[in-house]
Amino acid sequence: MISIEHINKWYGDFQVLTDCTADISKGEVVVVCGPSGSGKSTLIKCVNALEPFQEGRIIVDGISVGDPQTDLPLLRSRIGMVFQNFELFPHLSITENLMLAQQRVLGRSADEARDTGLKLLDRVGLKAQAAKFPGQLSGGQQQRVAIARALAMNPIAMLFDEPTSALDPEMVNEVLDVMTELAQEGMTMMCVTHEMGFARRVANRVIFMDKGHIEEDCSAVEFFGSPRGERAQHFLSKILHN
Amino acid sequence: MDFSNILPALPSMMDGLWLTLKLTVLSIIGGVVIGTLLALARLSKYKFLAMAAGFYVNYFRSIPLLLVITWFYFMVPFIIGWVTGTNRPVGALTSCLIAFMLFEAAYFCEIVRAGIQSISKGQINAAYALGLNYRQAMQLIVLPQAFRKMMPLLMQQSIILFQDTSLVYAVGLMDFLNTARSRGDIVGQPHEFLLFAGLIYFIISFGASSYVTYLKKRTTV
Repeated sequence: MISIEHINKWYGDFQVLTDCTADISKGEVVVVCGPSGSGKSTLIKCVNALEPFQEGRIIVDGISVGDPQTDLPLLRSRIGMVFQNFELFPHLSITENLMLAQQRVLGRSADEARDTGLKLLDRVGLKAQAAKFPGQLSGGQQQRVAIARALAMNPIAMLFDEPTSALDPEMVNEVLDVMTELAQEGMTMMCVTHEMGFARRVANRVIFMDKGHIEEDCSAVEFFGSPRGERAQHFLSKILHN
Repeated sequence: MDFSNILPALPSMMDGLWLTLKLTVLSIIGGVVIGTLLALARLSKYKFLAMAAGFYVNYFRSIPLLLVITWFYFMVPFIIGWVTGTNRPVGALTSCLIAFMLFEAAYFCEIVRAGIQSISKGQINAAYALGLNYRQAMQLIVLPQAFRKMMPLLMQQSIILFQDTSLVYAVGLMDFLNTARSRGDIVGQPHEFLLFAGLIYFIISFGASSYVTYLKKRTTV
């Protein structure tokens, strides 16, 4: 469903991504991990063209992301994305956050958008917060709303860019629970995360990146059993000891 | 000091005040609209557009307002006549309004630009990720937040504009100050009338700026 082929990307002279190639099939959950600055977030942002890349191809559901002819808003509306800092719109209520893109992008009526939004809000356990504003919610709650907002667009795949990194420890699990449930329902997911417990339990595959390059791409069992590369071993030993 | 002559002159001074307020409000509206478009142009990825807007802003911020008012007074009838092909006089009010809008737009542009830049890239990314296009992202996500943040600055600039409208005396418009001055001259009591005019300007400007301070406090909490 998402196929990343030989991506190279530079910021000026600095190469942030080097020959990245990966495939994510329908229904697969892929965790992307690696030390900070390894290009994970940059790579996931290339998938829905929030970051441009200079070389290579990314094909999402048969459509080439880098093609200048591609209708980017249409493509993006079909891929859900969840950000590290939630990025709910602070000037809109929770309900309005959920409705906005459904109405403006998908052309749904206000009633339909509200129904869909509230249904998903209920699913992430926040129906009681519908009338509040993002600033009145905890980080964990905001991130669950952000997931509901993305799901309201009926995405064919979901991208998660460090969804729990900005959360207080006691709120991490409420977000991971929602993600786990989503994975079990068969959603295609690409998750940049440091949550190795989540990766072990939920991921079909783990991609390990270092210095802008994909070092490992193997099943979760293989990755946690015995990663082949030295860098991945080093990374795992550091992150699991904490 | 004898203030007894002010009362009979009040109706005509109210007409002057009405003109001053009309000039102020219409200039703010026009200035903010044009200034917002200029700000979007200055932030545009199209180099030529950004440069042209940048030149406009720097140009108007580098020349005196009084010059723009008098210059437009002579120029605008020519330009309008040339564009429409008719030879209709436009009057000082129209030429002043156009001058204020275009001049103030340069200042409003810089306020709006700072406001837009204060909105995080993450918000814009989130808007794009949901499938919004550039226009929708700006109109629905970025500008509403930016305007909230810059409201105190916009109001401060508007208060300056309110005071600057008194420069229309140069082309003979009877605004509040000009009316007060001429009424004072007629009865030979210019000091009393100018003091009175100053008091009114002070009340309006200080009232508005106190309100801005209150707004600032409320938005930072």
